[in-house]
Amino acid sequence: MSAVVALDRLLDSRHVWRGQAISSPSSTQSTGHTELDSALPGGGWPGSALSEILVATSGIGELRLLWPTLARLTSAGERVVLVGTPHIPCPQAWLAAGVDLRQLMIVRATGRDALWATEQCLRSGSCGAVVCWPMQADDRALRRLQVAAETGKTLAFAYRPLDEAVNASPAALRLTLDARELRILKCRGGLAPARPIATPALVAGGGH
Amino acid sequence: MLWACILFPQLAMDGVLRHRADADSPLALLAGPAQRRVLQAVNPAARAIGLRPGQSLIAAQALSQDFATADYNPVEIEHWQQLLAACAYGFSSQVSLHYPRCLLMEVHSCLSLFGPWPRFEARLREELSALGFRHRITVAPNPAAARILANVHNGLVITDADALRQALDRLPVQHLGFSREAATAFSRMGLRNLARILAQPRDSLSRRFPAEVLVQLDRLLGIRPLALDFHRPPDVFEQRIELNFDVKSHQALLFPLRRLTADLAAYLAGRDSGVQRFVLHLEHRAMADSQVQVGLLRAERDASMLFELTRDRLEQLQLPAPVLAVRLAARDLPRFAPERRQLFDERPQQSLPWEQLRERLRARLGDEAVHGLSACADHRPERAWSTQSSIPQPISPLRPGWLLAQPQPLREASLHILAGPERIESGWWDGDDVRRDYYVIQTRSGQRGWAFRELGSQGPLMLHGWFA
Repeated sequence: MSAVVALDRLLDSRHVWRGQAISSPSSTQSTGHTELDSALPGGGWPGSALSEILVATSGIGELRLLWPTLARLTSAGERVVLVGTPHIPCPQAWLAAGVDLRQLMIVRATGRDALWATEQCLRSGSCGAVVCWPMQADDRALRRLQVAAETGKTLAFAYRPLDEAVNASPAALRLTLDARELRILKCRGGLAPARPIATPALVAGGGH
Repeated sequence: MLWACILFPQLAMDGVLRHRADADSPLALLAGPAQRRVLQAVNPAARAIGLRPGQSLIAAQALSQDFATADYNPVEIEHWQQLLAACAYGFSSQVSLHYPRCLLMEVHSCLSLFGPWPRFEARLREELSALGFRHRITVAPNPAAARILANVHNGLVITDADALRQALDRLPVQHLGFSREAATAFSRMGLRNLARILAQPRDSLSRRFPAEVLVQLDRLLGIRPLALDFHRPPDVFEQRIELNFDVKSHQALLFPLRRLTADLAAYLAGRDSGVQRFVLHLEHRAMADSQVQVGLLRAERDASMLFELTRDRLEQLQLPAPVLAVRLAARDLPRFAPERRQLFDERPQQSLPWEQLRERLRARLGDEAVHGLSACADHRPERAWSTQSSIPQPISPLRPGWLLAQPQPLREASLHILAGPERIESGWWDGDDVRRDYYVIQTRSGQRGWAFRELGSQGPLMLHGWFA
């Protein structure tokens, strides 16, 4: 019993800092890739939060990472908005990936307008997921997106260049993707696994 | 039949005041020739500093200098009457502007839709107050009696003939709607209210007074019907607000803009239609109008939404010169179909429906900025997509996720060809002939692309897409 009293006294004297219970992501959405799901703390994308995907270059499977999620959302009748796409989405490939194009909307915008449009879409709560390609986004802009995703309870994805990995970011999840491997830089609610994740469907040379 | 009369005692003044942000400062309306301007109407603040209708402008200026003036404009008044009739038309199909400065509407037939009269009346009053018009409402079994009762009552409801007779009997003869001569003659004869007049034998009245007097008596009692011209709403909406000073900033345009869009929404609700396309004209001195075109994807009529969209587009406009007047014209007024909502929404926090969000994005980013994506049945990759939403196409051979808008030459030395060639040869009939061999390639850094070589050319491979 004395130990308990001593602990209380310790806490009262404020020498011991008590960690807050981490609010685990309320809901997660499966990524559609088993290996990635098992590596992520909630077993999927953090729901109503911003996930950042840092890609080295185009053509290394960055869309294949997201297609299963978008396919699942659009077939469930949820709207998916793409803001500021770097190239033209080729409808045949998106259809082949299972995305229902009727639920897909594209917003042409660049720079600050793209960030504004993304925030509006997230905040409105009328979309299932919003994917954006911000050209330059600072810490504050990303925080706004993160708050907007929480407000609208919407999945948010931001594709950014790999150089941004050294800068801090308020996103709930940060992934890096290059031609060979997928790494988790940061994930809210758990420790980021140090080893890269083998996702045969993602890395180049695997299936389409 | 039950007729409501809505009398607007201060129609001219309210019409001017609703365009002014400072409604509480003294204001007088002027009429008459330039040599002798006379105060036609004054607002309560002007009355408080001693101004009265009928004073000459010179006398008023001798009393005080700090009051604003505006012209008493009969055209404007007619315009307001039309607007109010359009609002009332939203409630009843029988609306008449038979008497000046007042609306007559048949209400018995709409009680089953708009609830019992007290609730209906509260709603009418709320809408009229929101539009900025002071009003008096009375209800009587015939329109002439409703109009006469509105002279002295506000909120009086009479549904049967006996009660009407009782209410009319006590009215003084000056308020019964007779001509001035007839009213004076009655009062000199000692017949000071309706009961005394009706006590006289009818033949002696017809001998002493012109025929209109008996006609008016019969109409009041509902013996002779009053022939009314019913209001038919105009097919286009057009409204103009003249600003009382030169406006150089967007901010100062927002107040009149809010009024215009609110009036448009009221007009649309009355017609039960929506608006899909309208133009805001900003009039300048000695220059063509600046125009703000607003086009919506589907018909809308929500006042706050129309205002917000117009504001977003207005803010992108550079004003070339000061603005003297603002005019809103809407000609394309399609049917309005309210959006269907699910009773149990899966996303209860959804604050903004997609249709409104889409219009907001288009307002800021441009009309073409938001679009869908669909596949077209064409072998040429650059023609195999379109921004129109359409029915899904059958799945075609392997295509990359990203298509480059312009093919780029690939100048990398060590390229792996993973698959190919796939010959695409099409378009000889429409002058956009394509004869290409496509390959799936992999660069040294592991990117996989889709590249082609024109048939017969020896140049570098042209990159046309990424297998992302």
